[in-house]
Amino acid sequence: MTMAMMSIADALKSAIAEEMRRDPSVFCLGEDEDIPGGMGGAFTVTKGLGDEFGANVKIAKEKGFETKGLDIANDRVINTPISEILLSGVCVGSAMAGMRPVADLQYGDFLFCMMDQLVNQAAKMCYMSNGQVHIPMVMRAPCGATNRGAQHAQSLESYFIHVPGLKVICPSTAYDAKGMMKQAIRDDNPVLVFEHKLLYGGKRKEAGQLSAVGEVPDGDYTVPFGKAAVRREGRDVTIVANLLMWYKAMQAADELEKEGISCEIIDPRSLVPFDYDTVLESVKKTGKLMIVHEDHYNGGWGAQLASYVAENAITLLDAPIVRVAAPDCPIPFSPTLENFVIPSAGRIAEEARKLARL
Amino acid sequence: MSQFPNKEKALGMYKKMFEIRKYEESIYYLFLEGIMPGTIHQSTGEEASAVGMLYDLTPDDWMASTHRPAGHDIAKGIPVKAMMCEMFGKAEGCCGGKGGAMHTGDISVGAMVANAIVGGNLPIAAGVGLAFKMQKKNNVVVCFFGDGASNEGSYHETMNAAGLWKLPVVYVCENNLYSANTSISLTCCQKNVAADRAAVYGIPSEVVDGNDVVAVNEAATRAIARARAGEGPTILELKTYRHGGHSRNDACGYRAKDEEELWIKQRDPVKNFRKRLLEEQVIGEEELEKIEAAIEKEIADAVEYAKQAPLPANESALENVFWEG
Repeated sequence: MTMAMMSIADALKSAIAEEMRRDPSVFCLGEDEDIPGGMGGAFTVTKGLGDEFGANVKIAKEKGFETKGLDIANDRVINTPISEILLSGVCVGSAMAGMRPVADLQYGDFLFCMMDQLVNQAAKMCYMSNGQVHIPMVMRAPCGATNRGAQHAQSLESYFIHVPGLKVICPSTAYDAKGMMKQAIRDDNPVLVFEHKLLYGGKRKEAGQLSAVGEVPDGDYTVPFGKAAVRREGRDVTIVANLLMWYKAMQAADELEKEGISCEIIDPRSLVPFDYDTVLESVKKTGKLMIVHEDHYNGGWGAQLASYVAENAITLLDAPIVRVAAPDCPIPFSPTLENFVIPSAGRIAEEARKLARL
Repeated sequence: MSQFPNKEKALGMYKKMFEIRKYEESIYYLFLEGIMPGTIHQSTGEEASAVGMLYDLTPDDWMASTHRPAGHDIAKGIPVKAMMCEMFGKAEGCCGGKGGAMHTGDISVGAMVANAIVGGNLPIAAGVGLAFKMQKKNNVVVCFFGDGASNEGSYHETMNAAGLWKLPVVYVCENNLYSANTSISLTCCQKNVAADRAAVYGIPSEVVDGNDVVAVNEAATRAIARARAGEGPTILELKTYRHGGHSRNDACGYRAKDEEELWIKQRDPVKNFRKRLLEEQVIGEEELEKIEAAIEKEIADAVEYAKQAPLPANESALENVFWEG
C-alpha cells in the first residue's frame, strides 16, 4: 500500500470522498459546505467535494441563483441555512430513512443549538423504538481554543460521553483522522467527531497550530473505536491525553526524559467506547496516572477515567491520580489569558515531575 | 360541502375513527382504575385529523407524531393490541415497553416513533423527506404537530428549509386551541398559527375544519399529491379540539364551558360522521351497530390480552442503546 503525506483536513476529506464513492447513501451537509469562493465548512474539510458529487449551492450559482429551491435530489454536498436544529434534525431523519449524513458544524460550540436533536432524538431513537430504527449519522465538531473567545473555543467531548446512545471520538493524527472518519461513516449509530482546530493543518492558518501532517495509506482502511494508541512508551508516569493535549504531553515528556523521568503517553482516540484496558495495563507498569484534557476540570472525561481507575484498580496506584485541565472558567480571548488556562507543555511537565517524585 | 367519498372508503374511515375513540376511552378508564402506569395525552376529539390525513397512505409513506400519538398510530396501522401492550409496559408492546404512551411507533407500517419534544419531529420529518428525495422514492411524510409547536424555533428553521428544498412532507398542525393549559391566542399574534406563517417560507397552506374527516381527507389528498409530484411541502392547519385535558390530571379549568359544549357536543367528529353515514345511506343503523360492537370487542380483548401479557425481561433495558443489527 502506498502512502501519502497528508494534513488532518485532507485526510478527513479523503475519507469522506472515498466513503461517498463507495456508498451512495453517504452525503455531506452543513453550513458553508463547498460554497464557490468559500472555505468549505470553516476549516476546508469539505472544500471541493461538490466538484465530484454535486453541491446544491454550486449548481445554483451556475444558474445565477435563479432556482432557489431547485431539486436537490441529485446533490450530495448540501449547503444548509444557519439552522442547527434543522441541520441536526435532517441528519436524524435522513439517517432513519436509510441515508448516512456527514454533517459539518463549523464550530463545536454550536452543538448547544442542537442539543435536543442530539440528545433527545439521535441518541434515543434506536432505544425508544426497541431497535426498529437506527441513526447512522456523523456530526463533525471542530473544537479547541484558538484566540476566538469563549464561544468559539470549547472542548465539548465530555458533555456527550454522558449520553447513552452516542459515540464520541477525537482523532488527532492524519492516519487516525482518515481511518476513524471512515469507521464513523460506516458505524450504525450517531457519532460525534471532535476535530481540534490547531491540528487540521488546512490552508487556514491558526496561531499556535501544530503540524499533524502524517502518512496516510492510499487505500481503504479503518481504525476501530475503543482502541487507545500508546504514543510513547515509558516506565514512570502514565499520561492519558487527547487531541492537542497529547502533543503537548509529548513535548513535556521530551523535557522530562532529560531529567531521567520516563512518561508513557496514551491517546484514547475514542471516548465512547473507551479503552480502559490499555490505561490499566500502563498503570500496572508505572503506578502513576495523570490525565490531561483541554476540557474544563469539573466533570471532564478525565473525572470519569479517574473514578474508573479508582474503582477498579486503586491498588495499582502508588500515588494520587493527577488531572490537568482547563480551569473552570470560560475560555478567555486575550492570547496571554488563553495560554494561561489551556494546559501547556510546561504545566504538564511540572505536574508530571511532581507526580514522578511522589 | 365536500364531495362524499365512496361507500367503502367512508365506512373504512369511520371504523378507524370509532376504533380510536374506543381505544382512547378504554385507556381513560384504565387510568381511572389506577392499573395503567405513567401518564397519557389523549387524542379523543381529534380522530378526523388522524384518519383523514393518513387513510390513503401506504406503509412506505411515513408518519411523524407527537406526545399525543394514539390516534395517528392506529390510523397508520399499528394494531391496538401492540399499542395496548406498550401502554402497560409489556414486552409485546410495539416498542417492547421501552417507548410508552408518548413514544409508540411501528416502522413496518410507516409510523415513526412518536416524539414527545414539542417540535422535535419537524426537522426529523424534513430529513426523512430529504432521504426519500435523494433515494428517488415517490413516498411522502406526514408530520403532525400542535399549535404550540408553531412557536418553537424548530418550526421556523424547518419550514424555511423545507420550502427552499421542496421536500415531500405534509406538515399538519392540529390546532386544538391550547398549548397544554395556555390558549394559543395568548402566545402568538396569528389567528391561524401555522397557516398564517407558511407564506413567508414559500409554503402553501390551507385552513381546514379538522373535525370533518371528509374535508381533512380532501385537503390531505391535495397536499399529498403536491408532495408526490415534487412540488414541495404543504402546511395544513386543522381546527380541532381535544375532549379531555392536556394530560391525565388536567381537569381543563381554563376552558369556558360554552366552548367545551360547542366543540364536544356539536362538533364531535365521530358522532357527526356517523350521522352522515346514515344520512348518506352508506349503511343502516343495525349493521353499523354490529360493526361498532365488533370494534368494541376488539378493544376489550386487547385490554385483557395486554393485562396478561408478559413483562419485559430486566436485561432488555440494556439492549438497543446502540444498534445491534
